[in-house]
Amino acid sequence: MTVDGLVKHFPVRRGLLRRATETLRAVDGVSFAVEPGETLGVVGESGCGKSTLARTVLRLVAADAGRVSFDGEDLFAASDSRLKRLRRDLQLVFQDPYASLNPRMTLRDAIAFNLIIHGADRGAARRRADDMLEDVGLDPRLFGGRYPHEVSGGQRQRVNIARALVLDPRLVVLDEPVSALDKSVQAQVLNLLQQLKAARRLTYVLISHDLNVIEYASDRVIVLYLGKIVEMGPAETIAESPKHPYTQALFRSAPSMDPAQRLVAPPLTGDPPNPLNPPSGCRFRTRCPHAIARCAEVEPAAYEISRGHLAACHLYATSA
Amino acid sequence: MSVSAPTLITTLPGPRVTTSYWRLVGRRLARDPTTLTAGLLLAAIVLAAILAPVLAPYDPAAGSIRLRLSPIGSPGHPLGTDEQGRDMLSRLLYGGRMTLLAGLTPIVIACLLGGVLGIFAGYLGGAVNSIVMRTSDIFYAFPAILLAIAISGALGPGLGNTLISLSVVFLPRIIRVAEAVTVQTKSLEYVAAARASGAGSWPIVRYHLLPNVLAPILVFTSTQVSLSIILAAGLSFLGLGVTPPAAEWGLMLNTLRQSIYVDAWVPALPGVAIFVVSMAFNLLSDGLRDAMEVRG
Repeated sequence: MTVDGLVKHFPVRRGLLRRATETLRAVDGVSFAVEPGETLGVVGESGCGKSTLARTVLRLVAADAGRVSFDGEDLFAASDSRLKRLRRDLQLVFQDPYASLNPRMTLRDAIAFNLIIHGADRGAARRRADDMLEDVGLDPRLFGGRYPHEVSGGQRQRVNIARALVLDPRLVVLDEPVSALDKSVQAQVLNLLQQLKAARRLTYVLISHDLNVIEYASDRVIVLYLGKIVEMGPAETIAESPKHPYTQALFRSAPSMDPAQRLVAPPLTGDPPNPLNPPSGCRFRTRCPHAIARCAEVEPAAYEISRGHLAACHLYATSA
Repeated sequence: MSVSAPTLITTLPGPRVTTSYWRLVGRRLARDPTTLTAGLLLAAIVLAAILAPVLAPYDPAAGSIRLRLSPIGSPGHPLGTDEQGRDMLSRLLYGGRMTLLAGLTPIVIACLLGGVLGIFAGYLGGAVNSIVMRTSDIFYAFPAILLAIAISGALGPGLGNTLISLSVVFLPRIIRVAEAVTVQTKSLEYVAAARASGAGSWPIVRYHLLPNVLAPILVFTSTQVSLSIILAAGLSFLGLGVTPPAAEWGLMLNTLRQSIYVDAWVPALPGVAIFVVSMAFNLLSDGLRDAMEVRG
């Protein structure tokens, strides 16, 4: 899958006539490629456009500009019937394990629903749903007839995963798949995702605000700040030597387990700037310890630091 | 031992019995003593109203000058007689018929029509939503009793006009609730997940939207039943509803009102009936709300 110059703006309507007075640039010119079989991690603070990116890439909301192609096919140009077929290949796992399951549908039916809308008959769909429950580690005889409120958050998330995978997708976008879960359950679900990926030869786009999750599960990482990519590269390289000041600060913000380190001043202070009115030039300059005059004037291009490792920061302009 | 394997299997939990949602609601309703009492009381009252021709000892319209305003417990007239000597028990039975008919019919009409309009407005959004919602806002701006009186006053008295005016009173309220829950449900992630899997509008509405919006709409509607019954009786009391000589609780309250100085107990009976019925509907609606809660 390749994403090219994706833009999603939300008009902010105010006043009696509901005219669009300002625009919120949720995703502002994002380009990347996902290679088959890899896990691409997308990390960033809340409000940086991660979830909007997920929804726009899958055409759940219409993009304002840009192109997304899957297997060389333009997703935004696909007809309704073609899109319905493509949706089987491209699935999404949602963040909130409570809101993402219909409270009045049994877990078995929630999974079977996806097959039924693609033309399977009820009996066959329920049998496939039972197999799928088994694949995500839930005994269908025990859980198939239960309602979402009767099971735990981790179990719900397993059902969410089963619902996405029952259509045999090739690419799955995981939008904060574990952030609502306890740490111990997070590890279980992440391991399950890894197993399923290997068994079904899946490609993942893993969206998370949690660096540990991203580091643990991704092959390559994209760091998003206010709707733009600030750094992109292999997961290990970024974890070992983050280049962009924002990524560096993000890694230093992770709370330390060392008691002596507890009171270290947080490297990132304040909230991100108002996305309705982002700073000129580099968007990070207002919180950046290395900001120079040039940052306010020119938006930095992405400079290649090493093979496949790019950072959008003027500090690296000389090495380009 | 060779038998260990089969015994192991039998200890595994068997397939869980799936109970349907509505059966669960029924079971929860029956378990709550308050709701059960209110429900049984209402069932008895409705049954009595339906069977009024069989149960009533006298013709509700037949009076007797000699027996005017007999007190409760008079021989042959257990609940006394009214100001024209008509048997109160018979009139209360027939009156309940009329009051329940005038109070419940508008609620059913408003629930069906309002539910459909509200769900449409909520699901489609945009211009359809604006037209439906702003129109119902106009009606919503008036207090219920004022609107009912105004419409009934314009149309004139009579059962048919009472039904129309009360339907108009309750329609915008139910549209509002239906629209609100539809908009809320539509934005939940399981609807987005269905769309992301390629589901069309009909399966989404049928399997994801309707089951989740019907319960709140029904619960809200049930809270309005007692108000509707009081309004129906109120319109008759004001001479804008059912016309004499028909028996209707509100109308009976009006015609008996001067007799309160002669005997306070008999004129109070229709009021007690209205109170008991609306109270029972309120209790039933509370029980319904609890029973329909999903997270139990």
